Amino acid sequence: MTSFAHLPILPVLLPLLSGIVLLALRNQSLTLQRSVSLLAAMALIPLAITLTQTASDGTHLVYALGNWVAPFGIVLVVDRLAAWMLLTTSLLAVFALLYAIRGGDTEGRHFHVLFQLQLFGLNGAFLTGDLFNLFVFFEILLLASYGLLLHGGGRNRVKAGLHFVVINLIGSTLFLFAVGTLYGVTGTLNMADLAVKLAQTSPENLPLVQSAGLLLFAVFALKAALLPLYLWLPAAYAHTSAPVAALFAIMTKGGAYSILRVYSLMFGDAAGPVANLLDAWLAPLALITLVLGMLGVLASSTLKQQAAYLVVASIGMLLLAFGLGTVDSVAAGLYYLPHSTFAAAALFLLADAISRARGSLSDHLESGPIMQNARVLGGLFFIVAVANAGLPPLSGFLGKFMLLKAAIESPLMVWVWSVVLATGLASMIALARSGSLLFYRTHGSHDSASQTPPTSAALAPIVGLLALIVGLVIWAGPLSTYATDTAEQLLAPQRYIDAVLGIAQ
Amino acid sequence: MEAMIALVIGVLTTGGVFLSLRGTTFPVVLGLTLLSYAVNLFLFIMGRLAIGVPPVINAAAESYTDPLPQALVLTAIVISFGMTAFVIVLALKARSELGNDHVDGLHHGEDSHR
Repeated sequence: MTSFAHLPILPVLLPLLSGIVLLALRNQSLTLQRSVSLLAAMALIPLAITLTQTASDGTHLVYALGNWVAPFGIVLVVDRLAAWMLLTTSLLAVFALLYAIRGGDTEGRHFHVLFQLQLFGLNGAFLTGDLFNLFVFFEILLLASYGLLLHGGGRNRVKAGLHFVVINLIGSTLFLFAVGTLYGVTGTLNMADLAVKLAQTSPENLPLVQSAGLLLFAVFALKAALLPLYLWLPAAYAHTSAPVAALFAIMTKGGAYSILRVYSLMFGDAAGPVANLLDAWLAPLALITLVLGMLGVLASSTLKQQAAYLVVASIGMLLLAFGLGTVDSVAAGLYYLPHSTFAAAALFLLADAISRARGSLSDHLESGPIMQNARVLGGLFFIVAVANAGLPPLSGFLGKFMLLKAAIESPLMVWVWSVVLATGLASMIALARSGSLLFYRTHGSHDSASQTPPTSAALAPIVGLLALIVGLVIWAGPLSTYATDTAEQLLAPQRYIDAVLGIAQ
Repeated sequence: MEAMIALVIGVLTTGGVFLSLRGTTFPVVLGLTLLSYAVNLFLFIMGRLAIGVPPVINAAAESYTDPLPQALVLTAIVISFGMTAFVIVLALKARSELGNDHVDGLHHGEDSHR
């Protein structure tokens, strides 16, 4: 094997090794720990870009761990979707980390170790081609996320953390029940092999496979925060520290990724008796999630809570696109995915900067004293709000536009159009109201004792995330072509199956 | 034998679900533990029940049992063990931070729903 052949394992190995190194460096200087962590996160970007370039011509890079051939061993598979997710994660991670190293990482212990392990779990989940291995990587990312969520402690964090941990432990149990049932029926855990075996499900096993398939959907819906399993998200995301919440913006997308991967590969058009298992569920649930998430945005009393409900709404939008199930709609979802991740992360970071600048009022949506640097913060808030509401000229508008265009021929067209447009309006109203409360309806003077004006180091990551969103607009042509190619690749899974099982021949 | 195993898994799951719906952290932790026992047992028997047959290639063997579920269940046990340890520590931390062991951290005097 050439060294190039080992490329797919590197995005998994690198965060794991740097996590271990950081654990060994825990008593060394903070500067050293921060540099190692940041360098490790930055190194993921060129890796992800290389993998994206390799995958962009439609190849499936298959890496057999320990050289055990599929379906007997575990494989990592890089296709367009996996590379796209890796790239989004690595870009997000660098900016979240840049915000954290200004001081948020010293509130508790082992921030950088947990951060790297979270990346390890995320990258592994995006790359693996084995269902049980997906479970293991989910557990890794969850365990790291528990630590990160509780980082810094405090009443609200512990309370939200307890709910988050318990509900995810129950989710993990359901995941194992589903995986166990699928293994009991088919005798395999490799996703490509499962796709082949599930297409030949005998009638007496059909109820078992269907219930396992829907149980898996419940688990992924829980991770993605789809209705009715989103109740854990607003409290958890609103109460954790800003860089962690920003990183968590990709975590719900991990659930959405799993839904897309599993249900396009294993329960897609070609799956015979279990084909299109989710058709009746995904799009309607996503529509209701979008509506309820937006009601939460309208009703929020703090800016961070509003950001958390925007995450719920964006998951609704994303899964709606995946649920419509055509090439165009999935492509719209894939283009919208990095946008909504970066936009949500930018809002979480900005909410933190604003709450520091407002002192004791924090991020409560009440009129308060004038902030120092209010013009800079207000200007940033305006751009972030435009991004989150999906208005032109930023990429959220393009994503929504692609989705609306893709929905024209769908039987759900009336619902999709009315809900997407109405929720767009609602988010605009909610964010405009927040902005006017925070920046215009001010009274009194500076209360400089508790107010900390934002430093340029704090604002740089937010500007960076916004620059990524602008980049999504500037390169909208090639990126949407890539998204369309990805959607075509996903909806024709035979090449994935051949590539993975081809090793065995 | 199958019926008994199915019954055991069913009872463990029922107990686990019931306990994890309770309002205080200790029963919830116990419920999660019971659920993880149930799912571990479930995974284990997914290779079908067999007595006295080898899992690895053996010249004298007439049939084999599936070795993979044992590897899977070992992974699942390690993970659920770690998670249980974590949730116990978190429950203790919640008890000290919130002043009581209700899962929603009620203040004293209003926790009448126990």
